[in-house]
Amino acid sequence: MSAKTDILKSIRQSVGEDRGAELPVNRDYCTSLGLDPEAKIHLFIDRLVDYNATVYRTDHAGIAATVAEALGVRGKRGLVIPSGLPSEWLPNGFHFTVDRDLDYDTLDAAEGALTSSTSAIAFTGSIILTHSPAEGRRAISLIPDYHLCVVFESQIRETVPEAIRGLKDRRTSPITTIAGPSATADIEMMRVKGVHGPRTLDVIIVAA
Amino acid sequence: MSIRVGEAAEAPDFRQAAHALLANKQVRANVRRATETIRNKRANVVGEMPDWEQLRDSGRAIKRRVMRNLDNYLEQFEAACTMAGGQVHWARDADEGNRIVTQIIQSHGQKEIIKVKTMTSDETQLNPHLEANGITPWETDLADLIIQLGHDKPSHIVVPALHKNKAEIRALFMEKMGLSDLGTRPEDLTAAARTYLRERFLRVKVGYSGANFAVAETGSVCVVESEGNGRMCVTLPEVMITMVGIEKIVPSFDDLEVFLQLLPRSATGERMNPYNSIWTGVTPGDGPKEFHVILLDNGRTKVLADEESRETLHCIRCAACLNICPVYRQTGGHAYGSIYSGPIGAILTPQLQSMEHSQSLPYASSLCGACYDVCPVKINIPEILIHLRSRIVENGDRGAAERIGMRMAAYTMSDSGRFSGAQKLVKIGAKPLESLGLPGWSASRDLPAIPKESFRDWWKKNKQ
Repeated sequence: MSAKTDILKSIRQSVGEDRGAELPVNRDYCTSLGLDPEAKIHLFIDRLVDYNATVYRTDHAGIAATVAEALGVRGKRGLVIPSGLPSEWLPNGFHFTVDRDLDYDTLDAAEGALTSSTSAIAFTGSIILTHSPAEGRRAISLIPDYHLCVVFESQIRETVPEAIRGLKDRRTSPITTIAGPSATADIEMMRVKGVHGPRTLDVIIVAA
Repeated sequence: MSIRVGEAAEAPDFRQAAHALLANKQVRANVRRATETIRNKRANVVGEMPDWEQLRDSGRAIKRRVMRNLDNYLEQFEAACTMAGGQVHWARDADEGNRIVTQIIQSHGQKEIIKVKTMTSDETQLNPHLEANGITPWETDLADLIIQLGHDKPSHIVVPALHKNKAEIRALFMEKMGLSDLGTRPEDLTAAARTYLRERFLRVKVGYSGANFAVAETGSVCVVESEGNGRMCVTLPEVMITMVGIEKIVPSFDDLEVFLQLLPRSATGERMNPYNSIWTGVTPGDGPKEFHVILLDNGRTKVLADEESRETLHCIRCAACLNICPVYRQTGGHAYGSIYSGPIGAILTPQLQSMEHSQSLPYASSLCGACYDVCPVKINIPEILIHLRSRIVENGDRGAAERIGMRMAAYTMSDSGRFSGAQKLVKIGAKPLESLGLPGWSASRDLPAIPKESFRDWWKKNKQ
């Protein structure tokens, strides 16, 4: 008998064939915090700052200038960008390399990556990537040591359930949730920020 | 079929092992400091949740639903994962799982893998198996790297090297990484690990992980982590292998909204862990070109058979019960002789081994009930401990039962908090005594009838 047959048979022996109706799951936990829009954004920013991310706020017309500002602060001359990133987000005077299957060593040598995002969670300070053309494949926001990420205010959800439910048609894309730069507390429980993922995360929040 | 849980088929007697470890003051200090830190962080972030109890109830209900229809959910997962381009394998036990992993690696002519932290591969002892087959597994989680380089054993489910302090880790890194100089701060040690592993992340062609959750509805797999080593391992290699215990299935994608709240707050005391990776089969142009999932039984389907302890399989491996346990905090994880230590290890290990081994573990508890209070999926560990003790008694080790019963009674009655906790449990606890016909006890001295309400409960209710 195959392993699959054996395992399924063993489960059926253990739980029996007569299962009755599916057991109910009560979902009366919070799905909303009832915050007004500005309070929600503030909560998100508080969480990001708590994770040591630097946060910028701008409007749609100001994205390119804010990218330039962030790069200036970090002393960067250029970034890797995904192929679907809107070109109007890119300021002059910097070098942007479009990811057309760049090899890992090139990504490792890059100064950082600029990507869009799918949504965010205010309550936990999470950013969610589903790796659409404007967010790029997973490797580009992972290998370089710096990630500059654009989040639109309209994409910020209050709670984890709200964000998970909002993924609907993106559920089977690769999904990465990011809550601050990588970290470890494996040595004497002292939190060290920056292990293998990008050690620096900056976030540009764009008004609707 | 042999069910292996970690290295040894048989955990050494807990009392003897604990005795030896209690003498190691350094380890005890390390364990105490680490568990206290996580406990306090957990208490803070759980305290700020207005709906924690509702989330726990939902988590428990979802897991109960899974266990009752596990066969159907596994087949649903297999179908969805396959449709998305994944390849699903089934493994009856540790050896079969390990063999499948080796075959996949060898079929690609590879000699190395990069690994994300996974307790399941410790359970199956995958690393020694790979090494015997000429394959080098690189552990990439910082704590697992410490364990691997030091030929040590994990002593905690979430932070497996918590028994080591930074001076010990520094000496280990200098020796094993061939460094002539290394700073003393955790930052310096972490940076050394980053450099050591980066080259491997970019080069090695096969990645390996466990899974925190596997979604039946979509065939998705979720890995929860902090360092980014998980993202590296599941993204960069050409071939990805995930071995997951069959109990890690959740029915629907939206169920993640419950567990992604319960797990990080319980495990590391964070509102959210830095990274979660969720992927479904293979995605052209993004990540591995080949994805294998191995669904591992290794004793789990037999654990399902006992309705009273089935919920042991609800565990999401947060280790909150270890951090709060007065026994674990004294002995550390190594005393349990199993890779699953602490209260959850005390009930999981012997059950995976069909109650044929590790019989001293269900006694490694004072039954204070703290583990139940912190469990994010409300596994009633104290009740299961007592239930397993009664099963051990039914299996025939009467002498041990009596000895341990007396020790428990002395311990319980010497403290009022423990005593009132024990009164709640006494209904089940009486079973081993009744069923034994303990010589000189129940034969000539009947156990008093257990009242429906203890005096203390009555007093609490009526004192106003």
